[in-house]
Amino acid sequence: MLTRRDFLKTATLAGGAVALPGLSGCALGARPRGHVVVVGGGFGGATVAKYLRMWSQLGVDVTLVERNPQFISCPISNLVIGGDKTIADITMGYEGLTRNWGVRVLQDTVTSIDAGARKLTLASGAVLSYDRLVLSPGIEFLFDEVPGLESEAARTSILHAWKAGPQTVALRKQLEDMRDGGVYALTIPRAPYRCPPGPYERACLVANYLQKAKPKSKVLVLDANEEITSKKALFTQAFERYKGILEYRPGSELREVDAASRTAILEFDKVRADVLNVVPPQRAGDIAAKSGLKLINKRWVDIDWLSFESVNTPGVHVIGDAIFPAPTMPKSGHMANQHAKVTAAAILNLLAGEAPNPNPVVMNTCYSFVDVKNVIHVASVHQYDAAKKTVLPVSGAGGVSAAANEMEGRYALSWARNIWADMLV
Amino acid sequence: MQLFRWTAALCLLGTLGLAQAEQKADPNLARDLAATCTGCHGSDGRAVPGAGFEALAGVDKAQLMQKLRDFRSGARPATIMHQISRGYTEAQLELIAAYFAARK
Repeated sequence: MLTRRDFLKTATLAGGAVALPGLSGCALGARPRGHVVVVGGGFGGATVAKYLRMWSQLGVDVTLVERNPQFISCPISNLVIGGDKTIADITMGYEGLTRNWGVRVLQDTVTSIDAGARKLTLASGAVLSYDRLVLSPGIEFLFDEVPGLESEAARTSILHAWKAGPQTVALRKQLEDMRDGGVYALTIPRAPYRCPPGPYERACLVANYLQKAKPKSKVLVLDANEEITSKKALFTQAFERYKGILEYRPGSELREVDAASRTAILEFDKVRADVLNVVPPQRAGDIAAKSGLKLINKRWVDIDWLSFESVNTPGVHVIGDAIFPAPTMPKSGHMANQHAKVTAAAILNLLAGEAPNPNPVVMNTCYSFVDVKNVIHVASVHQYDAAKKTVLPVSGAGGVSAAANEMEGRYALSWARNIWADMLV
Repeated sequence: MQLFRWTAALCLLGTLGLAQAEQKADPNLARDLAATCTGCHGSDGRAVPGAGFEALAGVDKAQLMQKLRDFRSGARPATIMHQISRGYTEAQLELIAAYFAARK
């Protein structure tokens, strides 16, 4: 009998377009067929590419367009900045998607979308036709809202490290090079931004590192928000532990940066730092924000929650951080993975001429390290509300850790290994 | 093999039909609900071996349901599952448990 591995090898050799023999009698109605192009290979895009292939039994062709040669995970990247992990620990290839699932992966960028003709053009000049398009472009930084960061030179010294990659490594290097007694200042934009607890986790891990390696140093958290935006009580406890080294200042919105002197200019104050780490305000990634899709607040894509299809551009689905979130829904990798599965199911139904599942459910799990061993979580489950046409958090469900603990420190790494495999292998 | 078993199970589901109205709404409802678990517990419940989370594929349905009920009631200590399991209806948990039990 043909093993799964053999079958997949055959499918891959034949360009991934092989039909499964003997399944046409299956009483599932029409089998979905067609070509789906996915743009962006992060937590959303890689997952939707895999699940479309898996759930169509390789019947639907999938092309994934991703600009980077490899996937680098934002979750766990704060441990690289803190010095406990390396960039290699959070870097993975896309070959599993091709080898195991026959996803065609193109390292390229999309320059334009013709949604009417269902075609898109790549930087290489190639034109792809699609039956359904999924955009999972993540975020774009609004550098023009931070005067002083317009130039490339300024952005080379004042890092965000809010997209895991070279900046993650560069920020680590800045911290290693910082003198004992130096100031690390981190600015947080107003919500919504990617990964609500991420900045507080980063502040903790940098403080944890400096406490050990450069104990005279200081961590200054300048938060544009009036209070900690996620896991507030638990991060407040963690900050208490770093008293003397970490100072949290809410309501401190960044107005301008003087890159030469590494100064953060606030409304009433100026903060000079040795390492200035600016997380700028954000919006949907360019390809989603500049292709005529309806946006909310000029930043995030307005979607139909049953299918994640753009409300004004048929055939184009948008998932992950780029969408305008449902109430209390975080912009997280885990949530993007969940969007991807609802979208894969909806697209397969639509390609088979059927309506999407009318009761989608998504959930979120997010672990944050408060030091290299101890972790806190927040979790939530969101069910579709037909009357409100959105997904809403289930009251009485979800919640946070009772306290930071080492068991969840291990689980956080378990989570990472499993979700990376769920999207890439 | 996994793929064929999965397909066969799915066909069975489609052919026989199942009692609950929810399943008539979409033959893939159980699959879609179970997929909300697979970010942590592995695609189709096949968690990464040795990574520290429980594989759900092939776990007996009654056993998994009991565990989920105990998480919900608080009888079974947990770091996170008591909070997550309360986000689903009993009928949804039944579908999820049945789906994973069938992934052998």
